[in-house]
Amino acid sequence: MPPFAHQHASHCESGVMASLLRHHGLPMSEAMAFGLASAVFFAYLPFMRINGLPLIAYRIAPRGIIKRLHGELGLGMRFEKFASPREGTPRLDELLDAGHLVGLQTSVFWLPYFPPDLRFHFNAHNLLVYGREGDEYLVSDPVAETVVRCARADLEKARFAKGMLAPKGLLYYATGKPSAPDWAKLGKRALARAAATMLRTPIPFVGVRGIGLLAWQVGRLPDSDHSRMYVGNIVRMQEEIGTGGAGFRFLYASFLQELAELTGHKPLEGLAARLVEVGDRWREFALAAARMIRGRDPFDGRALGARLHDLAADEKKFFGELDAAQRAWAC
Amino acid sequence: MRERDVPQEGNVTLAGHRKAVYAVADDGRVRLVASRGWEVEEIVTRQAIDDLERLAREAHGRAVAGLTSPLEVHMYRARMDLALLSQSTGLWRWRIRRHFRPQVFAHLSPALRQRYADALGLSLEALGRID
Repeated sequence: MPPFAHQHASHCESGVMASLLRHHGLPMSEAMAFGLASAVFFAYLPFMRINGLPLIAYRIAPRGIIKRLHGELGLGMRFEKFASPREGTPRLDELLDAGHLVGLQTSVFWLPYFPPDLRFHFNAHNLLVYGREGDEYLVSDPVAETVVRCARADLEKARFAKGMLAPKGLLYYATGKPSAPDWAKLGKRALARAAATMLRTPIPFVGVRGIGLLAWQVGRLPDSDHSRMYVGNIVRMQEEIGTGGAGFRFLYASFLQELAELTGHKPLEGLAARLVEVGDRWREFALAAARMIRGRDPFDGRALGARLHDLAADEKKFFGELDAAQRAWAC
Repeated sequence: MRERDVPQEGNVTLAGHRKAVYAVADDGRVRLVASRGWEVEEIVTRQAIDDLERLAREAHGRAVAGLTSPLEVHMYRARMDLALLSQSTGLWRWRIRRHFRPQVFAHLSPALRQRYADALGLSLEALGRID
């Protein structure tokens, strides 16, 4: 096994999987890992509240990328959970000593190398451990520019944090050797799955209908502090928490370009350019919202709602075209 | 977003780190660019942090006035709320709320204090004082 090579990424889960696949001999970019797992998404879940604000997601549920790639590429992934650090820490040490590259689910709050302002109680942060030295682990956190070190006690707290999406010490590693797949077949299936989720999920909170529902909700927000927190939360989920910009839309555009190059299926190039434009609209929404939060512009829920309404229409059109391109793709 | 438009605004919330974003390079390819931050991100992150700090400050004021125990202050300082502290300690919410009463908190058993200290990442001594 060659020495481990760290790579900077925008999102933890796609970054971890890209690094893991590369380490096992299959060239893979973060965008490719993200796209093949059909991770582009939207959900507005008003009944799931964190600190009184609804859950908004621009990507599929945590662990979805790992599970889908494991299923598609035959990685032979093993997943192990533990009741306490007493069992979880020796097992991690054992795997590292055997030369495995181990993925962990952790809570951002307990990772000391994170910028203090970004340490929230988010329990589904993924990172890789590639070795240990004394009481320190050698950590490759995809959202960090370089590798970092983490003390045993800190990592234990991060792995066994409680609350929503509690990691329960989850660790995972690959046992198989992935072989180069039929990119066209895999790609077509990934596009079909993404389009179906965004366009045809039969509940109104998910996909383009979810954006529409959020638009309606934002449109009736009054001028209040709570409203500013509400739209601030949307922008945070979209930009701040490692999405690569515009809620993963730029990342997915990068995947479309790469897939077009790899398979020679030209229509995907045009779709990538379209999605970059849609992403720019998301960024404009974020900018308008931030100006209102700061008080540079008066708060105007209807204007923000109208922007989201247009975005719902843009995404409906985009994913419709993606679906058509995928159907027309003979492979 | 074009590569040259990627914000490099030096956000304080990133504490000198750079985050990866994707942007269109001059050759039309979308690729990863390291960013020093966008003011928009800084505004929304500070908004969330300020709200948590306000809660901690208000609890601190109540604790100084003898209206609540140090436990509530430490809960907010650890960026937790009652629901999360309850899940982290395995204690019922009404029990924790009772421990917010200074006279009840003063007579907590060492075992319970240790449970709170572990969940909040504090030493036993730090749990009992506010500064």
